Order: sequence, then structure tokens, then C-alpha cells
Amino acid sequence: MKRIRKRKNIIPGFGLSFGITITILSLIVLIPLCSLIVFTARLSFSEFIYTITRPRILSGYWVSLSTALIAALVNAFMGVIMAWVLVRYDFPGKKFIDGIIELPFALPTAVAGISLTHLTTTNGWVGKFFYETFGIRIAYTRLGITIALIFIGIPFVVRSVQPVLEKIDIQYEEAAMILGADRRTTFWKVIFPELLPALISGFTLAFARGIGEYGSVVFIAGNTPYETEIAPLLIMSELQEFDYAAATSIALVMLAIAFIILSVNAVAQSIVSRRVSGLA
Amino acid sequence: MELRKNNGPLKWCMITLVVVFLAVFLLLPLVYIVITALSKGIDAYISSITDEYAVKAAWLTIRATFWAVLINTIFGIAAAWCLTKFAFKGKKLISTFIDLPVTVSPIIAGLIYVLTFGRQSFLYPILDGWGVQVIFAVPGIILATIFVTFPFISRELIPVLTAQGTDEEEAAALMGAGTFTIFRKVTLPHIKWALLYGVVLCTARAMGEFGAVSVLSGHLRGKTNTLPLYIELLYQGYDFTGAFAASSILVILAVVVLVLRLWIEHRGQKDLDIDK
Repeated sequence: MKRIRKRKNIIPGFGLSFGITITILSLIVLIPLCSLIVFTARLSFSEFIYTITRPRILSGYWVSLSTALIAALVNAFMGVIMAWVLVRYDFPGKKFIDGIIELPFALPTAVAGISLTHLTTTNGWVGKFFYETFGIRIAYTRLGITIALIFIGIPFVVRSVQPVLEKIDIQYEEAAMILGADRRTTFWKVIFPELLPALISGFTLAFARGIGEYGSVVFIAGNTPYETEIAPLLIMSELQEFDYAAATSIALVMLAIAFIILSVNAVAQSIVSRRVSGLA
Repeated sequence: MELRKNNGPLKWCMITLVVVFLAVFLLLPLVYIVITALSKGIDAYISSITDEYAVKAAWLTIRATFWAVLINTIFGIAAAWCLTKFAFKGKKLISTFIDLPVTVSPIIAGLIYVLTFGRQSFLYPILDGWGVQVIFAVPGIILATIFVTFPFISRELIPVLTAQGTDEEEAAALMGAGTFTIFRKVTLPHIKWALLYGVVLCTARAMGEFGAVSVLSGHLRGKTNTLPLYIELLYQGYDFTGAFAASSILVILAVVVLVLRLWIEHRGQKDLDIDK
């Protein structure tokens, strides 16, 4: 089928910019990625299955997935509340709060990691209180991992929900109120559906980031096999033993998990947006 | 406006919840670093941060950050220009690959470089012949830093250039301006704040990268230790004051980044208002 030719583009610099883009992209991303694929092709299938189904590895995936899921849920809940407070209310110090939400992006993960660990050991300021009052240990448990992942994931949901909330026209809420809806109904039936796509995508990003996170978690986790050993750490220890085949196998499963999560997000986005536009 | 006035108690409950949550999760760790760093007095603090190895680690971090920002700026501008000003096949694929580095775990980022440049790779004999060592050496650290910050600048520029369209560049080209003149006189004024914002984000992430760099570093004190790796080393050696002192440098930089970010946003907004 012949396409109608587009008007000739007269802006110069295509060759130059395309060349630079492809060269750097190849060197930094494509060639390393190819070497991953080449190396994978050399792995034997039975060895691959054996590696990834070892109990220690399976429990590593489980620790990473479960803690990242809980942390992302906490952040989804708090993220909506934070976005709501920042958009709808005025109070002293609001600008400051808006400014520090990005801190987890700016603060190096290892720095956050050692600080959170030191605070939550049974001798630390926070850890001591929880241990003596409730008998709960935070550092070197899964709870500690979850805390570190909450820290890392704070900005994701707020920053995706906030702009959407800012754009919602107050008229819809007024209309709902006039039609007799109480505040709760208005929120769940009018505002929440509008926020949902942004909420899902923020949640997904926080979840995916949490699964792969290393720097902030490795200190607080304690790294006890079967208990608090996260999947990225398992890759790291295989690498330190120069067992590249095992490291690659574990990494491939993690890449597959990340890919599934991002695909589920894409599907969820299209379903939600179809439903919202169908209603409109 | 009735709607916003009506929620007295709920409003303050939510504000309190947010303030407490952020104070515990964000401010407390930050304040704690500063207090622990200074816990043995100012002299101990100064001698920790002026330690020979600390200075060498900081220097390596600066080098890696410099290269990451430089390469990503060149790439970011070229990619944004090429993806927004021209129509061609495979655009979507290219932007997917550009975003890929931030979606993979930093450890996996390190792993793929080990597979590319390690002993089992076909590149190894070639590079070895030239006497170049990539992994467990400085080039590996720089590559890992570039990788983890790869889309930071292009991602800031692409939306701005998409919104701006191509009319002005076309007009300039019709009047006979060359590539660099168009870029400097027409495009750059539109993207300067976005570019600066991207550079700030890239710097912040580059100086703090830990996971990927940790895989590729040889962990040699004074040779292949960046500041975050040096902090890990001190922490694991139970030198907590030293670890937190070194961390405080990165904390200060993080705060500077946050302030710069607000300032850039403010300035960018002002320029937009003038445009209107």
C-alpha cells in the first residue's frame, strides 16, 4: 500500500542528531543488552530451572515481592492523602512539604539505608522505643525492608496523582453535591475514578522500583537466608562468586516479573480509561 | 467554594497524618545523619571528611558524575531533537530503549556490564589487548553511572519540545539558518530550564548511585571506591561517625538539589508567564 508522502521536512540536523542518538544508545544500552541475550542463549534450560527453583532463591523472590507490595500499598494510600492535602488545603509549611517529597530521589540510597538502619536497630532512637514498648524489632527483619521501601517509594504516587487532582474541575463536585451526594459518595464516585489511572501508574512504578531496590535495603535487611535476603542481593552474591550463569538466571526472572508488572499496568490503564471515557 | 470550607476536623486530621508521616520517614533520617556525624565533635567530623580516602572517593564520585552528566546531556539533546522534530519509523522503539535503564534493577544494570566486558565476553580479549580494563575499574563505574541516569535529561526535554512544535525551527530554516544557529537561537531558549532541571536530576542520581556501581567496582580503597561505596565500607567497619560524616556531604548535596529544583521550577514558570 502506498502512503501519501508527508511534506518534506526542512529542519536540518536529522543525520547528526540521529547518528549521535543511535551511537550512544547502542554503546550504553543495546550492546550490553545483547550480551545479556547472548549469554542467556548459552545457559542450559535445566540449569536455569534448577537455579531459579532453589528454595533460597524462591524465598528471595518472595521477600522482594511481598515487601515491595506492602510498601507500594502504603505509599498508594499515603500518596493520595498527601496529594489531596497539597492540592486542596492551605496551611503553613505547605511549600516546604511539597519540596521535601522529592528527597528520596535526591538522597543517595546507601545514605538513606544506613540512616534508617541505625535509627531502627534495638539501640536506635526509633528501634529502641518499638522494641521496649511493643517488643517489635524493625531493623534486620522484613518490617525493616518494608520501611526502607516505603521511604524510596514516597514520591511516586504523590507526583503522579497531584497533577491530575489539580486539573479536576470543582464544578463536577459541586454538581454531585447539589444532586444530593454526600462528601464520601462524591469522593468515591466523582473524584476517585478520575484519579485511578494516575494512582495505578504511581503504584506500579513504586512497586517495580521496590522489587529492584538494593542500596537502601541491603543495610536494613540483615540478609539472613530465607528470612530477609532480597532477590537483588542474591544476584550480587552470585556475582561475587563469579557464578555468572546463576546471577543471569535470577536476573532474567526479575526482568520477567518487572515486565509483567509494567504490562499489567498498561492493560489496567487502557481498561480504566475506556471505562471513564465510556461514562462521560 | 462551600465545598472546601466544610471539612474542618477531617482537614486537620489529614494534614497531621501527612506531616507526621513525612517527619518520621523523611526528616528524621536526614536529621539523624547530621546529628550522628557531629556526635564526636566538630574536629572528628572535619578529620573524617578530610581523610585521604574520603577525598579520593569524593573525587571519583565527581569524575563519574561529570562524565554521566556530559554524555547524557549530549545524548539527551540529540535524542530529544531527533525524536521530536522529525518523523521516522522506529521512534517508539527508540524511546522504549531510552527509558529501559531506569526500569531495571541497578544490580541487573551492573550484571549486564559484567557480562559485556567480563572475562567470558568476546570483547574482553580485544580490550585486554589494548590494556583497557572496564569492570572492577574506573571505566566500569563511569559506564554504570551513565546507564542508571541515561533517560534523565532526554525525558525532561522531549515533552517541552513536543509541546513547542516545529514551526519556529521551520521558519528559521527557511530563512537560511544552519543547524547550530537554529538550535542556539530558537530551540535552546525554550528548553533551557528543562535542560537545567534534567542536569540537576542527573547529577543527584549520578553522585548517589550505589547498586550498579557496587557490582562494577573493585572495591579498592582510594582507587575504585566512590563516596557511597566508601560510606558502605566505613559502616561495615563499624566506623559510624565516619560513615555518617561522609554521608552528610551527600545530604548537603541532596538538599542543594531540592532547593535548585524549586528555584528552576519557579524561574521556568516565570518565563512561561512572560511568554504569555
